[in-house]
Amino acid sequence: MNAAARVPRTLVAGLALLAAIALAVIVIPMVSPYDPVAEDVSSMLRPPSAAHPFGTDQLGRDLLTRVAAAGRVDLALMVGVEAAPFVIGTLAGLVAGYRGGWADRAITLLSDALIAFPFYLLVAVVAFVTGTGVKGIFLTFLIMGWIIFARTVKGATASLAGEEWVESARVMGFSDASILLRQMLPNVLSQAVTVLASDMVALLVAIVTLGYLGLGIAPPTPDWGTMIADGQSFLATRWWVSTLPGCAVVLVGVALALIGDGLNDGRRA
Amino acid sequence: MTTPRRAALATWLGGVIVHALLVVALVAVGVFLIVRLVPGDPAQMVLGLKARPEQIADMHHRLGLDQPLWRQFASFLGTLVTTGDTGESIAYHVSSRALVMQRMPVSLWLIGCSAALVVAISLPLAMTAALHKGGWIDQLVRVVPTVTLGMPEFWVGLVLILVFAVTLKVFPVGGTQPGIDGMLYSMALPSLVIALAQTPFIVRSLRTRILDVLGADFVTTLRAAGLPERAIRRHVLRNSLLPALQLYGMKVSFLMGGTLVVEQVFGLKGVGTLLFSAITARDFPLIQAVAMYCALGVVAVSVAVEIAGGLIDHRVRGRAAASRGGAR
Repeated sequence: MNAAARVPRTLVAGLALLAAIALAVIVIPMVSPYDPVAEDVSSMLRPPSAAHPFGTDQLGRDLLTRVAAAGRVDLALMVGVEAAPFVIGTLAGLVAGYRGGWADRAITLLSDALIAFPFYLLVAVVAFVTGTGVKGIFLTFLIMGWIIFARTVKGATASLAGEEWVESARVMGFSDASILLRQMLPNVLSQAVTVLASDMVALLVAIVTLGYLGLGIAPPTPDWGTMIADGQSFLATRWWVSTLPGCAVVLVGVALALIGDGLNDGRRA
Repeated sequence: MTTPRRAALATWLGGVIVHALLVVALVAVGVFLIVRLVPGDPAQMVLGLKARPEQIADMHHRLGLDQPLWRQFASFLGTLVTTGDTGESIAYHVSSRALVMQRMPVSLWLIGCSAALVVAISLPLAMTAALHKGGWIDQLVRVVPTVTLGMPEFWVGLVLILVFAVTLKVFPVGGTQPGIDGMLYSMALPSLVIALAQTPFIVRSLRTRILDVLGADFVTTLRAAGLPERAIRRHVLRNSLLPALQLYGMKVSFLMGGTLVVEQVFGLKGVGTLLFSAITARDFPLIQAVAMYCALGVVAVSVAVEIAGGLIDHRVRGRAAASRGGAR
């Protein structure tokens, strides 16, 4: 079998879709004649047309430009926020899975206690403590985001730790740190990365939901969540204001879900 | 039941309960810390910048902030354990626990209706998908989650309102109506939103498990014994439910989070909307009460699921002990 055939089609489709979205989000605000933030009361709530393919919002702003500008903000945040929990969770899972005992017990207890707080409740409380905006989102995901990676990696590491080659590496005098980072990590990383793709969808949805609830990115910075909230009051007559930013979220979700499925299939094959 | 087996069961049950109690204790510490982690002075935050010093001092006294930290925690814990309360609400001037209890029914209705919907949608879908593997329902079950995973619940809620309430006028836009039938009518769209978010996970898990069980020896034996297909399906389903049940238990914290968002979209007077008004009003004791009761609910459900799982299938007990115990 050649290399091209081994790459799952879903992975290719997902990556292509994500690249297309990223390109659109970067290019559209640069070429658009409209400003995503400046208000234009002379053209409020126009339906989609040639001049405004997505229509305009309640302040007369071109919705296509705004959806793209918001995409820059939300997608950059999604990637930036996920990095720290991924690293922390993977390392915690490695140690807990390899050491077992009290390290495992402490991490299980802590994550069970954190998970007991309904997610949006914690988000709301953190936003309340730190104030709304990027800082609150970052902190919340630092608190909650590592758990899923820690659990995945812990399971995978624990099942590897019993194998003979690990035992022999230990007998040969390799240090624990070296065994963990050089031998175990490469073996469990693919599982963590698979989880990463689907977790990013959840993160994006959470960022957007926070914006909708007024606890996330604050106006005038464009954000898909606040845009959907803006359109809610004239949902019945001006459907595009809420619906189209929502479609953008769904599209990113599809791309990431395809990547996740593809990685999963690739790992099993 | 032999005595050693009963002793093992008791040890396992004890372990589950001790773990749950430790989690609850950690949760209580977390809830206590909510007020203390606020940067600056919480009393100032409640009263605003124009507050007079004696008002600030009074609020410090009401929130217990004039005490040393360990005494604050002791009195917080004492009140919580004896009365189940976190203090008087600043905005409503009544017990925070009473406010949470007053809002609880709507949220429980929402959770109950969505759970019923999840079961009603997932069981037939997963069964059909597994029995006709590769058929169009199976394909559907595989593809749909790819799309729905990225749908924010509030947005799904808005789209459902647009279609079913505004355009077709079959369901109300929001709020609740009196009576059991009125309640069911008002819960239709909100619980559908939550169910749509949950079903893909449950169906996926159930389908995989049903496929495993269908290939098991006992099914072949039952078939060979000439049992009717309907009866076989019942056996298969009963043996497949456990992992889905456990997954659902794990998703419950998400479910409770889901009600916060969905209540907001549909204007339901549940615990979720109470939390948002508490946050807007900077009502610390009320925020603590909501957090505490939601977390207790999550812990209670996960314990119930773990015990149910252990009683149905004792292999779970060994596995749970291994994962908690830390056998390398």
